[in-house]
Amino acid sequence: MSGDHTSSAVSARVRSVEAFLESRGLLDDGEIDRRIDEFLAGGSPVNGARIAARAWVDPGFAERLLADANSAIRELGLTMAGGLQEQRLKVVANTVDEHNVVVCTLCSCYPIALLGPSPGWYKSEAYRSRVVRDPRGVLREFGVELPDRTRISVWDASAESRYMVVPRRPAGTEDLPEEQLAGLVTRKGLIGTAVV
Amino acid sequence: MSRINDVGGMSGFPPIAEEPDEPPFHADWEAHVLALNGALIRRGVYNLDEFRDAIERMPPEEYLAASYYERWFTAITALLVAKGVATADELDSPHG
Repeated sequence: MSGDHTSSAVSARVRSVEAFLESRGLLDDGEIDRRIDEFLAGGSPVNGARIAARAWVDPGFAERLLADANSAIRELGLTMAGGLQEQRLKVVANTVDEHNVVVCTLCSCYPIALLGPSPGWYKSEAYRSRVVRDPRGVLREFGVELPDRTRISVWDASAESRYMVVPRRPAGTEDLPEEQLAGLVTRKGLIGTAVV
Repeated sequence: MSRINDVGGMSGFPPIAEEPDEPPFHADWEAHVLALNGALIRRGVYNLDEFRDAIERMPPEEYLAASYYERWFTAITALLVAKGVATADELDSPHG
């Protein structure tokens, strides 16, 4: 991908603008590399999975999480305040009657601190335009077939508000410890485009 | 009046394409663009809302033709000019 012509032209232009800004004192030496490293180290779906697993095993935590997620995730040492500004987090939980799915129709707002960098499909016009009009059909494309009686709620993220889904705990996992439960939770499950 | 980024509910887009084992960035320059934007916002050259606005007011045909991080870079360079940090000519000439 980086080898194609368009990409190498953009790449040269980005380098040139960086050099210009360095010459004007608007970028420090090594600042770009440091920020890239921080970004890549900053968030991962492991964080979201820990939250979901804790909510499964601890009803009190689940209640606090659904009421005030920004405060509740601090109990696990996580925060939504690590980026450019603190983002409001709302966590919604799937039930037998309701399935939740998250989108940002305007662009790409996403809880990076809890899920890491977002997948390309989340940022695509295809997902953004269609999941609000036909969530059931879009979920089917992801292999999620929901019974007709299950209501689907679509949460549209914004610059100030982020959303995360707690999937339903899979049947037959009653004896699993919290850590192994977290291992069952996927990024797509936390967005709502997978069952778990 | 909605702008081109406001695609919620719009018809005509294709099925969703998932990329297996997708990396966070598809080329180094994408990571550089992300870091550059963070650096400029933290320095107060512009703020996050101005950045979003700069993406959203791209001409529709340019917006749709651009990749995600190409949009970011378009917004960054537009803001550098709008804020008087650089002229368009300075950004167009090679540096470094």
